[in-house]
Amino acid sequence: MTDILSITPRPSMAAGKTLLDVKNLVTEFPLRTGIFKAVNDISFSIEPGKTLCVVGESGSGKSVTARSILQIIDSPGRIASGSIILNRQDGTSVDLARLDPRSKAIRAVRGRDIAMIFQEPMSSLSPVHTVGDQITEVLRLHLNMSKAQARKEAAELLRQVEIPNPEQALDRYAFQYSGGMRQRAMIAMALACKPQLLIADEPTTALDVTTQAEILDLIKRLQQTTGMAVLFITHDMGVVAQIADDVLVMHHGVIKEYGPVDQIFHTPKDPYTKMLIGSVLKLEQKAEIRLARPPLDTTAEPILDIRNLSMHFGEMKALNDVSIALLPGETLGIVGESGSGKTTLGRSIMRLYDPASGEMHYRRADGRVVDLARLEGRELKAARRELRMVFQDPFGSLNPRMTVAQVIGEPLLVNGLSKGKELDERVCHLMDQVGLDPAGRERYPHAFSGGQRQRIGIARAITLNPRIIVADEATSALDVSVRFQVLDLLMRLQDELKLAYIFISHDIGVIRYMCDRVGVMYRGRLVEVGEADKVCNNPDHPYTQALISAIPRPDPRDRDRSKRFRYIEPSPHIDPSNVKNRSSAR
Amino acid sequence: MLKFIIKRLLWMIPSLFAVSFLAFVLIQLPPGDFVTTYIATLASSNEVVDQNTAAALRERFGLDQSMLVQYLKWIWGILSRGDFGISFEWQQPVSGLIWERMALTLVLALASLIATWAIALPIGVYSAVKKYSIGDYAFTAFTFFGLSIPSFLLALVLMYIAAVEFGADVGGLFSPEFETAPWSIAKMLDLLSRLWLPVAILAVSSTASLIRVMRANMLDELPKPYVTTARAKGLSEFRLLIKYPLRIALNPFISTIAWLLPNLISGSVVVAIVLNLPTAAPLLLQALMAQDMYLAGAFVLLICALTLIGSLISDILLALVDPRIRLE
Repeated sequence: MTDILSITPRPSMAAGKTLLDVKNLVTEFPLRTGIFKAVNDISFSIEPGKTLCVVGESGSGKSVTARSILQIIDSPGRIASGSIILNRQDGTSVDLARLDPRSKAIRAVRGRDIAMIFQEPMSSLSPVHTVGDQITEVLRLHLNMSKAQARKEAAELLRQVEIPNPEQALDRYAFQYSGGMRQRAMIAMALACKPQLLIADEPTTALDVTTQAEILDLIKRLQQTTGMAVLFITHDMGVVAQIADDVLVMHHGVIKEYGPVDQIFHTPKDPYTKMLIGSVLKLEQKAEIRLARPPLDTTAEPILDIRNLSMHFGEMKALNDVSIALLPGETLGIVGESGSGKTTLGRSIMRLYDPASGEMHYRRADGRVVDLARLEGRELKAARRELRMVFQDPFGSLNPRMTVAQVIGEPLLVNGLSKGKELDERVCHLMDQVGLDPAGRERYPHAFSGGQRQRIGIARAITLNPRIIVADEATSALDVSVRFQVLDLLMRLQDELKLAYIFISHDIGVIRYMCDRVGVMYRGRLVEVGEADKVCNNPDHPYTQALISAIPRPDPRDRDRSKRFRYIEPSPHIDPSNVKNRSSAR
Repeated sequence: MLKFIIKRLLWMIPSLFAVSFLAFVLIQLPPGDFVTTYIATLASSNEVVDQNTAAALRERFGLDQSMLVQYLKWIWGILSRGDFGISFEWQQPVSGLIWERMALTLVLALASLIATWAIALPIGVYSAVKKYSIGDYAFTAFTFFGLSIPSFLLALVLMYIAAVEFGADVGGLFSPEFETAPWSIAKMLDLLSRLWLPVAILAVSSTASLIRVMRANMLDELPKPYVTTARAKGLSEFRLLIKYPLRIALNPFISTIAWLLPNLISGSVVVAIVLNLPTAAPLLLQALMAQDMYLAGAFVLLICALTLIGSLISDILLALVDPRIRLE
C-alpha cells in the first residue's frame, strides 16, 4: 500500500501522512437523457489537523464531493470511478470509494472516523427525538457505551460546545433551541466519537453573521484541542479567507484551482477564482455607478415619511417605534439579523400587515400626501400600484403554472390598464428593460435560472411604473456571479425610472455597494441611521460595531479575531413594563 | 395537558345533546312514522289494519305526542335509567339489541384493522424505499386493483368460489349448529374458521388505500436532511428507517383513529349484508328504513359518542407521540 502511495508523492505530503487522499473521483447521476457527472475527475488530499475549504457556486459539485466521501450521495447518484483513501491513525488504510454504500465497513467509518454537519441544523435534527437521544445514539453505536455512560458523555459534549445547562439541554428538542444552539448540538453530535475528519457542508450559511463567527471560532478551537482535520464546504469567500489552510475552487464539477489559501487570495491564476475573489472585494466599497452619480438632493421633501411605526405579533414587538424617511431617488438600506424586524418593516410599508400604531406619510405623484397606515379600499389599491415589492426566493415567488408573460403582465391586467396586443408589447418592452430575451415570454418559470427569475420578479415590480420598490433580500438567494448583475440592473433601473428603493438585507457588503443611507435594526428598533459609508465602515452604535466586527474579512492575512465582540444589550432602567418585555422576548 | 383533556371532555356533553337531538329530528323528518311503515308491511301480506288499531298502536308507542316530548322522554330514560327505549320492530330493549351485536362487530373490525395495518404498513414502507423498483410497481398494480374492485363484488365472487369450488358454507359468522348455542371453545373455533373471509374482503380495499398513503408519507420523509444525518452517523439502513422517517410518517395514521371508531358501527354495511354477518351495520340500516327511531337514535348517539371519543384519543396520542404538538 505504502509503495503505491509513494509513487505519486505530493509536495505537501512530505511533512506527514495525509489523512484523506482523493484521486480522480467521478460521481455521476444517471438521468433519462444520459449521465450527468456532478463531480468530474477531481483529486485532493487533507492532512491531519488542517482545514481544506471547498468553495464554489450552486451546482459546482462541492456538496456531492463531500457526500461521496461518506457514500451518502442522494439516489440515484453513485461513485463511478476514482479512489478515496482514508489513512487511519492505527496505520490501516481503506478505499472508501470501493465500499458498498450499505456495507458494515462504510458504516463503521461514518460518524466514527469521519463525521458530518449540514447546512440546516433545524431540519438536520429529528423533530421528534430529543437532542440527547440523537447524541447518545452515536456513542452507543460506535463506542458501545451503556445508556448512563453515553448520557454523561453527551452532556460533556454539549458543555464542550458551550451549551448552557447541558443536563437539561439533553432532554430538549431541536425546535426548542435557537439556530446557533442547534448547530452547536450538531457539532457535538459529530464530535461524539472524536473523528479524525469533520466534513462541514455550509454549516453557517443559515445563521446570522454574529452566530456564524461564534460557530467558526468553536470549530477552530475544537480543531486545535482534538487535532482533527476539517473539510469545509462554503460559497462564502470571506469565510474561506478566515479559516482555510488550503482551498479547492470548484465549478461545474471540476477543480478550477487548488492551493494554499494565501496563494488563492493573493496570486490567483484561474479567471473563475479571480471572479469569485473580485466579487467579495467589490462589496468592500460602493458601486462605481453610484460613485459616479451626482449627490442626492437631501433637502427634497421625502417621498415616504415613517413616524413611530409599531407592529406587534402577540407579545412580541416586531416593530418598536420606528421612524425613518425615504427621499425621492434614494436607496435606503435596512440591515439587521434574523428577527430584527426588517422584513416586518418592508411588509408594513406594503400594508401586507396592518401596523399597530404610527404613521406612514406617502407623497403621491400629484403631490398629495396620504397616510399608508390608514388607507383602505380603493385608495389603498391606488397607492399600492406605486409601491411594489421584489422578494427573496426567486423560485417560490413566481407561480409555476403561469408563463413569464402572464407573470409580468398580470399587474396590468388586474388593474385593467392594458390587454391583448398592447399588453404583449408592454411585456416585451419590460423584459428588454430587465435584460431578458422577450422571445422566452411564453415559457414557464422553471425554464429560467435563479438570476433570470429574479429579473422576472423585477420586471413584474416595475410593470406599473411604481415610485417605491421594497426589495426584501432580493439578491440573497443568488450566486455571487449573478448577484452583481442583478444589483447593477436595479441601480440602472433606478436611474432610468427615478425609483426610490427600500433595500432590506442581512448582508452589509451588499448594503454598502448599493445604498445611499442605511438604517440598522435590532429587536424591532431602529438603532442607527446614517450615510451608508459611515454606518458600514465607522458606525456609532455598539450593536452596529459588533455586527461589522463579525463579518469575515476576505483576506487570509487579516485573521485577527480579537477585534470581534458580541453586542450585549445594556440593561435598561428598572422599569416594570420594560422588564416584562425583555423576558418575553427571550 | 390535563386541563386540555378535561376541557375537551366537558365540551363533549353539549355536543352529544345537540347531535342526539338533531339525529332524533332527522329520523322523524320523512313523512309517516313506524306505524305507517308497519301497516304498509302488513298490507303487503294482505292484512288490513283499521284506523283504530293504528291509533292504538301510536298511543302505545307514544307516537301521538309531540316530537320534543318524545325526545325528552327518551333522553331522560337514558340519563336516569340507562334505558335507550324499546325497539318497535323487535319489541326488545334497544340496549340489549345493540350490545349483542357490538361484540361481534368489534371482533370483526379489530381483526380487519390489524390485518390491514400488518399488511399495508410494511408494504407501504417497502414501496417508498424501493421506489420505481419491480416490487413497487407490482404492489402499485395490486393497490389500484384493490381500490377499484367494489368490496361487495369481491364478497360475492369469493363466496361463489368458496361454496362451489370448496363446498364450504360461508354465510354468517357461525355454522347453523352454533348460531344460538352458548359460548364455548368449539364455538370460538367455528367463529375463527369463518372470520377469515369477511376479514380478507374488508382488508383488501382498506389495505390498498393505506399502502398508497403510507408510501406517500414515507416519500415525503425520506429525502429530509435528518435522514441523511442519521445515515452519516453510521446507522444501518433498517435501523434508521424505523427510528426516524417511519416514526414521523406514522403520525397521520394516529389522526385516523378519529374515524376508525365510528366506522365500527356504520362501516362495511354492504359487505355485512352480502355475507349475512350479524354485525351492527345491517341492524342500523334496517332500523333507519323502518323508522324504528329509538333503535336508530341509539345507534346515531353511539356513533357520535365514538367520533368524539375517537378524536379525543387521537389528539392525546398525537401529543404523546409528537413533542412539537405537546410543547408548543
